[in-house]
Amino acid sequence: MRVTVNGEVRETAPDATVTTLLASLGIDSRKVAVERNREIVPKSAYDRVALVDEDALEIVQFVGGG
Amino acid sequence: MMESAAVTADPPLVVAGRTFASRLIIGTGKYKTYAENAAALEASGADMVTVALRRVNLSDPSQPRLVDFIDPQKFTYLPNTAGCFTADDAVRTLRLAREAGGWTLVKLEVLADQKTLYPEMEETLAAAKTLIAEGFQVMVYCSDDPVYARKLEDAGCVAIMPLGSLIGSGLGIQNPVNIRLIVEQARVPVIVDAGVGTASDAAIAMELGCDGVLMNTAIAEARDPVRMARAMKHAVIAGREAYLAGRMGKKRYADPSSPLAGLI
Repeated sequence: MRVTVNGEVRETAPDATVTTLLASLGIDSRKVAVERNREIVPKSAYDRVALVDEDALEIVQFVGGG
Repeated sequence: MMESAAVTADPPLVVAGRTFASRLIIGTGKYKTYAENAAALEASGADMVTVALRRVNLSDPSQPRLVDFIDPQKFTYLPNTAGCFTADDAVRTLRLAREAGGWTLVKLEVLADQKTLYPEMEETLAAAKTLIAEGFQVMVYCSDDPVYARKLEDAGCVAIMPLGSLIGSGLGIQNPVNIRLIVEQARVPVIVDAGVGTASDAAIAMELGCDGVLMNTAIAEARDPVRMARAMKHAVIAGREAYLAGRMGKKRYADPSSPLAGLI
């Protein structure tokens, strides 16, 4: 299954969830926010939300800024 | 002893019911390292910092993170929408920021073009209304137009933040007359955001009666950012004190400070 993460196309397992995707990318889920197809995924739903082919995800965090 | 007792205390800055010890807010961009940023923050005495929201670097998710240097439990993180040129982008960014951080106090800025980064006021007002309806507490970067400042306040923004001059320009307070008009009409804090270049600019903003000053580049791009952060701390305090003290009147000719009577 192919999904787009932060603009990059990635191959994921067919049963991938937000939780497994973050783990496979080495990202600490507590420090980020995730948007799937322009809808926010609440942290409490990371285990439940199953990804589907062609999903577009944004994974963001706070960085320095003015 | 008697002198200090005679000076009445200045109530602290309160934004949307939150009390801040400092009237200085600093950005966290453009520093050489997050460690230098943290040192400058300490020297500035600020208890609120602006932060941006960006994509996690997927090729190296373990690179240094801002939250490891500046503790969000100790300092108020104010997520911004820097880089947003439409109301939709700004609203989308702040919804994500709320999810990432779990708080609703935000800095809205919607910019018109890359060259000036001037506030796009029509889009800014539209975004403010959407965000406020969704429960956000919006501190808003805006032009120094008193009419739009009033519209933003009427829409429910919790702080009005007019530019002193263009973001990152260091040109100081270019339109003190308009800043003063905005201060006089506002019932929420007015915080000059953008344009401060050096300590005297911050003092001028405070002498105009502003409730605070927000700056980034003036500190981050100083030769010694930590020392400049300390200078800004003093400038904001000095400007505020001068405003509260009420300056002397201006005169066209000299007025001797020593008595004329008893001259030999």
